[in-house]
Amino acid sequence: MDRRAFLTAKHSSLTRQPESAFHTARTTSGLTPYSGPWTAEEIVHLLKRTMFGAKPDDVTYFLSKSMSQVVDELLNPVAAMPSPPVKDYSETDTIAAGATWVNDYPADNSTEQVRRNSFKKWSIGLMINQDRNIREKMTLFWHNHFATEAVTIDNAQLLYKHHALLRSNALGNFKALVKAVTIDPGMLVYLNGYLNTNTAADENYARELQELFTLGKENNPNYTEDDVKTVAKVLTGWRIDFTTGITNFTPAKHDSSTKQFSSFYNNTAIAGQSGATAGDVELDALLNMIFSKQVEVSQFIIKKLYRWFCYYTIDATAQANVIDPLAQIFRNSNWDIKPVLSALFKSEHFFDALNRGCVIKSPVEIAVKACREFSIVFPDATTDYADAYNMWDFIHFQAAIFNQDYADPPSVSGWPSYYQKPMFYELWINSDTLPKREQFTDTLIVSGYTRNGKTIKIDPIAFAKKLSNPGDPNILINDSLTILYRVPLSDASKNTIKTSILLSGQTSDYYWTNAWNAYLANPTDSMNYQTVYTRLRDLYKYLMNLAEYQLA
Amino acid sequence: MKRRDFLRNSIPAATVLPALIGGFSVKAYSADNPFLQSLMRATMDTDKVLVIIQLNGGNDGLNMVIPIDTYGNYYNARTNIAIPQNRILTLNGYDKTGLHPSMTGLQTLYNEGKLSVIQAVGYPSPNFSHFRATDIWMSASDANAEVDNGWAGRYLATEFPNYPNGFPNSAMPDPLAIQIGSISSLALQGPSFPMGISITDPTNFYNLIDGVVDPTPDTPWGKELKYIRMIAQLTKQYSSVIKAAAANVTSQGNYPSGNDLAAQLKIVARLVKGGLKTRIYMVSTGGFDTHSAQTTATDTTVGNHANLMLKVSDGIKAFMDDLKGLGVEDRVIGMTFSEFGRRIKSNSSTGTDHGAAAPMFVFGKNVRGGVVGTNPAIPSGATVNDNIPFQYDFRSIYSSLLSQWFCVKDVDIQTILFKNFQNIPLAINNACGTTGLEDVYRNAGDQLIVNYPNPFAESTKLTFKTKGGHTLVHVMDTLGRSIRTLTDKVYTPGVYNLDFDSYGLPTGVYYARLQNGATQQVRPMLKVRP
Repeated sequence: MDRRAFLTAKHSSLTRQPESAFHTARTTSGLTPYSGPWTAEEIVHLLKRTMFGAKPDDVTYFLSKSMSQVVDELLNPVAAMPSPPVKDYSETDTIAAGATWVNDYPADNSTEQVRRNSFKKWSIGLMINQDRNIREKMTLFWHNHFATEAVTIDNAQLLYKHHALLRSNALGNFKALVKAVTIDPGMLVYLNGYLNTNTAADENYARELQELFTLGKENNPNYTEDDVKTVAKVLTGWRIDFTTGITNFTPAKHDSSTKQFSSFYNNTAIAGQSGATAGDVELDALLNMIFSKQVEVSQFIIKKLYRWFCYYTIDATAQANVIDPLAQIFRNSNWDIKPVLSALFKSEHFFDALNRGCVIKSPVEIAVKACREFSIVFPDATTDYADAYNMWDFIHFQAAIFNQDYADPPSVSGWPSYYQKPMFYELWINSDTLPKREQFTDTLIVSGYTRNGKTIKIDPIAFAKKLSNPGDPNILINDSLTILYRVPLSDASKNTIKTSILLSGQTSDYYWTNAWNAYLANPTDSMNYQTVYTRLRDLYKYLMNLAEYQLA
Repeated sequence: MKRRDFLRNSIPAATVLPALIGGFSVKAYSADNPFLQSLMRATMDTDKVLVIIQLNGGNDGLNMVIPIDTYGNYYNARTNIAIPQNRILTLNGYDKTGLHPSMTGLQTLYNEGKLSVIQAVGYPSPNFSHFRATDIWMSASDANAEVDNGWAGRYLATEFPNYPNGFPNSAMPDPLAIQIGSISSLALQGPSFPMGISITDPTNFYNLIDGVVDPTPDTPWGKELKYIRMIAQLTKQYSSVIKAAAANVTSQGNYPSGNDLAAQLKIVARLVKGGLKTRIYMVSTGGFDTHSAQTTATDTTVGNHANLMLKVSDGIKAFMDDLKGLGVEDRVIGMTFSEFGRRIKSNSSTGTDHGAAAPMFVFGKNVRGGVVGTNPAIPSGATVNDNIPFQYDFRSIYSSLLSQWFCVKDVDIQTILFKNFQNIPLAINNACGTTGLEDVYRNAGDQLIVNYPNPFAESTKLTFKTKGGHTLVHVMDTLGRSIRTLTDKVYTPGVYNLDFDSYGLPTGVYYARLQNGATQQVRPMLKVRP
């Protein structure tokens, strides 16, 4: 059954929609640099895709710059790598509270577990506190691509190192990243590379290196099962010193025979090596061979980036006008990531109206974007790390119960929403997760989440104050939608929302204007405050409860 | 077709139903399963319904309920809009007061003993801002206090303290309250979450916003939006019970066309007859902010306000006739309110400005018909500063209906309304005074936090259930401020006890709030003098 038939069969009974509903219009636009309007709408579209949401302050900051300048800035982070996670747990070890544990090897099981949790909280904190660049979104992309599970890696130090590797190489060279990941101790544990020896080969990493990380399984012809076994031989001998958490190469465990590959690889033979550099030399030769399949590697990675940043459907036009030229750029750049992202984000295709608003926010995005876009005030991470970690824990846990547990994806394939045909992102939304998403945003705006005397809560008045003219209910709603939504609401809907919520059923806009001005004139008057607070609270709660809010 | 038959016919055993009934997947149960039968059980005739009609904008009560015994002063205060005395609709057996000439429907109801007119309802230190006054009426707060939840929401939170955890359930399979419209009002907001749901059309849940369905175009985002909306419809709690209730009623009485209030009340009648156990319905209609052109210049019995009066009167009359025809008029009473009345003296643009107290209607077969209170005192030579003082606090109406219609105990009313209010004879429900049903509802759902004793004088014991992980129990005051944190740490799953010592705190209402992840439950507690 082809994809379209599958979709129709699967959905028709539920939706009762005509079949034509699934013949969605696509666009013919390609990589020509975008030269259309450059307004808050375009900036928010770009930021929602490349960062965890767009705050009003972010939009103001970027509005004075050109499209090309903004993309360049997003792709060239200047800030140093973040300081590592700290001890926020009470289990006894040699680390002082508030000091980092990442250099302490190893610990007992219960300590490893709380350290892994510490790592997850810290990771969510990095997203919430991200700078204005793509680094954290790309780190998440690579985490999904080179997916590992914290619970399997077990050792929190190796877990931290693995993600730090992804972060520091997030915008670098893909081939170099593949090499680094191959001998990264976290990955060696996760896919059993450290057990792969000349006497007992383990093919786990050898297969995923080709199937999931570089070539994909849809090439025809493709690598063979024998190639998998032979790649495993190339990769024998890499071990981990678990007292230091450092990878080392053990020549005695390396298979020094000649490795003969199939015709897919042009019958390449990698000469067997021995000695201290054998593993490194053979690994380079292996990657040269894999990356010599230039078209396959470039197409595979570009499609994955496209599905992450644009949309999951790749039709023939998008293939010809976007995927193929981006793959060419990728090859021409010798596998540098930035030129590819730059061409994509500056393209007509990326800003095409048909490509906006069609990404369903992932659980991590829903959870983190709500915090960022409303600028929820968290406890200070330097002076009050314990409370900050508590709050990040809550956000992480929410994303986890929406089905995305950061650092613990379901398998080495990453989250199914990025590969599972035909539903892709739609897998995020079901009858269990959608009500939980609503309960989460309701909690943030109605009661807030309280722990240890600290509360994180959306301040709807502070948000409204960041907008251009909050005293005008029409402009207030439009400005709010520019930040929160990526798909349009009809004028009739906006008018209903305005009248029912901001005007409490009245028909004259000035009732809101008067209430807002009264609040501004005397903000400490609790009655003035309450009048605008309850209405703004209800407005944003309502907007976050509509289906449109799930799209970015 | 009866509701039970509808369900039985539409759910053959072992058929996969792509939806939920009352939150439970029905496919696992056959129609003979006692659990499913409990979901389908016939509605008890004793279940009472209150319909709240909000007149948005501040209704001119003085031209709606007109003082005949002080007609001269009335006329002099508003010569340009006064209703001619010979056009006032008279009330059987009561000659001091009459109704606006458009209100023939309500006149009939009055004469049949189905309408109670309560004179000059308001509150001390009235507020003249639409927003603030609306909030006061919805929250039932004092004029100088802010409460960010609603009186009906607090009532429902008292009756169904575990909601929404474990709801719907067999004891209460239906929504607690339904607002006809797209957005729920403050009145239905409970201490921590909304106690009602909003619908615009009981048969089509795709209408997200007041009958406006924003399109999902043939684009990628349109496809994704359509998908999410589909899931939202499938998961919308109560959608199937509401649709099933609506489907039970295939024929209704006549309602006037072009009358938005009538259209909303028609939905209410349908759902009541259809078998929902929902206690409170809210409807609203606007246009009452008649600063100008309240009447035409040449005939004060026609114009904007006359049309509004007609809308209210015809809408309620059609609703009552329909309820009678459907055989459910015993179960329903309704009330009207507006955030304020208007000024005694009219302005020069044939309108009236924001005022103070105004009459309320309470209607239904089981109301105590008549006029409650006296006509407002209208000074001779009324000035622009003259307002109608209140005779009855609006919270007395709430309190009386809670007590006489919903049989709420005095101590609970005090928790709901924060203090005691005068009891006015308004409604008749013979079931009040008998006991038994209440506990079924109060224990329904997942009880996560309770306290005993309640009310309490000094201290009370809280028992809470956590599913593990971080758990917070704190005590909030009626303004939602956290005043005491009782526990705030990581627990293993289980049931735990805490003591709340209220030493130093004033008597009044407090809320014990449990927060366990994103799960919450709030328990109202009343501190009284020892």
